Amino acid sequence: MIYYISFILIGIGLYGIVSQKNLLKQLVALTIIDTAVNIFIVSLGYLQGAEAPIYSVITPVANFVDPLPQALVLTAIVIGVGTLAMASMLLIHIHEKYGSVDVDEICSAKEVIE
Amino acid sequence: MRRIWAILVSAVFLYFLIGTYYPTLPEFGNIDMFRRVSFNYISKSTTKEYQPVEFKKSNGLEEGSANVVTSIVVNYRSFDTLGEVTVLFTAALGVGILAGFRKRRIEFEEHRVLSIAIGIVFPIVLLFGAYVFIHGHLTPGGGFPGGTVISLGVLLLMLAKNEFGVTDVAKHTEQVAGSGYVLVGLIGMAMAGTFLTNILPTGTVGELFSAGVVPIVYTLIAFKVGAELSNLISEMREGDKA
Repeated sequence: MIYYISFILIGIGLYGIVSQKNLLKQLVALTIIDTAVNIFIVSLGYLQGAEAPIYSVITPVANFVDPLPQALVLTAIVIGVGTLAMASMLLIHIHEKYGSVDVDEICSAKEVIE
Repeated sequence: MRRIWAILVSAVFLYFLIGTYYPTLPEFGNIDMFRRVSFNYISKSTTKEYQPVEFKKSNGLEEGSANVVTSIVVNYRSFDTLGEVTVLFTAALGVGILAGFRKRRIEFEEHRVLSIAIGIVFPIVLLFGAYVFIHGHLTPGGGFPGGTVISLGVLLLMLAKNEFGVTDVAKHTEQVAGSGYVLVGLIGMAMAGTFLTNILPTGTVGELFSAGVVPIVYTLIAFKVGAELSNLISEMREGDKA
């Protein structure tokens, strides 16, 4: 079932990337796809009736979901933060140069500069 | 017209995913843990014979952290994490280079409630961040969330006090912590022959002083990530100083 949620989120993200002309909105759509893929990878390791993979007072012996996808998603989240910061800094730079983050307005601003 | 194309593209992609890819997936919530690689990670026996692990009883295992995700991230796949930290560093470097072209600094009015409350909230946020990364091998959390919590405290301070800016101390912290991670790996190479090996005794599962180098590495990562993200936030705000 959760597979469908991540598929639908990927669809929403693709729609956002293709339909929007504002670069900031395209970045948000890209981040939605990032989250959807993370949800999908974590859901591949889910086991019905199992606990979070931590030995504790509540779960002294192992009855765990698959920890490997969670570890990989931890990596992916951090890299997502890095790319998001880099892309938003590029957008700030574009906005300072052309006065807009809309694709059409950037094109007309380029013609004015030339 | 653009919207119709967009709906068409996402509909075709969804059709492909649900029609072709979905039937090949394993059934949700019904995987066979015994046939997966992670089973060895959970029982902490990738090289030795299988032995069930029990909380606060098993000791002297090949890897001693109670949080299995932490044991994968910082012990079994530690080289991966070193690469991940490098990617984060590269992104922060790119942001720093682009920030050099900026003209003006973002200024805003100080809010009185926030600027008084920050004196109480900021130490608590730092304490919580330290708790999260020190207990990274026992509870959910670790170096990356702990560092992020600390950098969010710095962001709150930045919103509260207009004249506050991150100094070069953040950069030096990041350099020392990043080099420390590589140094831990090199010490492992010198003593046991493999890069980033766990050289310290692993202790009892669930104790605070257990898991060998895992808490040390996670503390270094937390300092690196915290300094790096605070620096990144500050660079997004500051203009060109020269």
